[in-house]
Amino acid sequence: MNGLTQLTDETFVLNLGPQHPATHGVLRVKLVMDGEWIVKAEPVLGYIHRMHEKMGENRTFAQFMPNTGRMDYLGALFYNHGYCCAVERAAGIEVPERAEWIRVITAELNRISSHLLWFGAFVLDLGGFTPLLYAFDDREIILDLLESVTGSRLTYCYFRFGGVYNDIDDSFIEGTRAFIKRMRGRMPMYHDLVTGNIIMRKRLEGIGPISQEMVRRYGATGPVARGSGINFDVRRHEPYSVYPELDFKVPVYHECDSMARYMVRMDEIEESMRIVEQGLDRLPEGPVMAAKAPKIIKPAKGDYYHAVEAARGSFGVRIVSDGTNTPYRLKLRSPTFSNLSLFGEACEGMLLADALALMGSLDLVIPEIDR
Amino acid sequence: MLDTIKAKLAALSPENISEPVYKEKGFVLDVQVAPEGVVAAAETLSAEGFFLEAITGVDWIDDNQLEAVYDYNHMASFCRVVVRTRCDRATPEVPTISEVYPGADWHERETHDFFGIKFLGHPNLEPLLLPEDADFHPLLKDFKP
Repeated sequence: MNGLTQLTDETFVLNLGPQHPATHGVLRVKLVMDGEWIVKAEPVLGYIHRMHEKMGENRTFAQFMPNTGRMDYLGALFYNHGYCCAVERAAGIEVPERAEWIRVITAELNRISSHLLWFGAFVLDLGGFTPLLYAFDDREIILDLLESVTGSRLTYCYFRFGGVYNDIDDSFIEGTRAFIKRMRGRMPMYHDLVTGNIIMRKRLEGIGPISQEMVRRYGATGPVARGSGINFDVRRHEPYSVYPELDFKVPVYHECDSMARYMVRMDEIEESMRIVEQGLDRLPEGPVMAAKAPKIIKPAKGDYYHAVEAARGSFGVRIVSDGTNTPYRLKLRSPTFSNLSLFGEACEGMLLADALALMGSLDLVIPEIDR
Repeated sequence: MLDTIKAKLAALSPENISEPVYKEKGFVLDVQVAPEGVVAAAETLSAEGFFLEAITGVDWIDDNQLEAVYDYNHMASFCRVVVRTRCDRATPEVPTISEVYPGADWHERETHDFFGIKFLGHPNLEPLLLPEDADFHPLLKDFKP
């Protein structure tokens, strides 16, 4: 009963999870309720904790690569990217230009597939079943495309220190162009079907306010910050890879409510499609692996940090090296860990049904929080 | 931003302050303070509008010390500041900054889970990711499962 101090005759404790459909994984929330209203909420983590950071300390840099696809399983390529960039920074490895473009193309496709799954699951949380099936229909095409180059459908291990594992071919490029053409036609349907739906708007507009100050105090990033009017995107803020050369907007909404976070992600799908198109148009010829990439990585002593913009916010990797071929310490900063930490404060005094809408709008992936 | 915050943090008389090359390290200011200095550093950074990215630890078993590392960044213009402090391995105690940054609450609980660093004044230093009865700290270099 730790921390739940405001128990009176009128309140009761409700356990949400750890196996509740709305928590999308094994998250548990201890709720003190006054009728339908939340007095206090305390997320309980750790049900799927695997200690990836310890695993990082007892294997070589390259051997840890498959682990990165198993934290944020909906946006595995961002974790690939963040970890690769951090190791490349530490070891001073240059990446060929074609590989950088392929990384951006595949990662942005991954962002679209991640947002599509979130879109379906979020509307499902709110009681609308049909959009999930439409979203999965579209997402399936991305999974097929990425499977053809990476070899896996979900837990990708595609990037390598100094490039990528496999070149993309003409059928991938054609398939991706066909997908974008199709998706452009689907977006107006999604907006008609869901965004303009009065029942959904009533569930989201003005619900779950997260102020800019709350975003800052809890260190929330990604669509949660951008839905509160903060123009913070690592791709622009701390540019990496070939993002500085790309023309894309960072969607920012100022309403601070669940609807704003929904709109940010829907706009990001469009922007990611633009990035993928530009990538395909400008894809240079050349190798996809650096010729001089060392087989054994031994970074100089010291610590190194690299952040990337994952689908859910800023993912950071801190490597502390002692000069050997294994990391002395590997810290993984997961975005939803910070995004969820504001949930307790944000949902005080809310109706339980509204708090679930707020939770859905945070886009939680529990294995990434627990690591 | 960098010059302002560097001057303000230097005024707190840290043990060491340096400006690493961003391209090599990924951060632009590296500040080493005594354990008592982390709250003042957090207050200074908070007043300038910085947010907390993460807190973590490093076990320097050869020096018989534990290090707590705080990553700060600014949302308006890039400025990643690393604040670090070292404490004795036998009595790993660092004051909490959860009063300044409520987001630090979970990060400190996680660091306590993994390293056993006690964040003095923390409202609820219970295991966060480890089992609720855990009495071990798996990221210590002498941890045996």
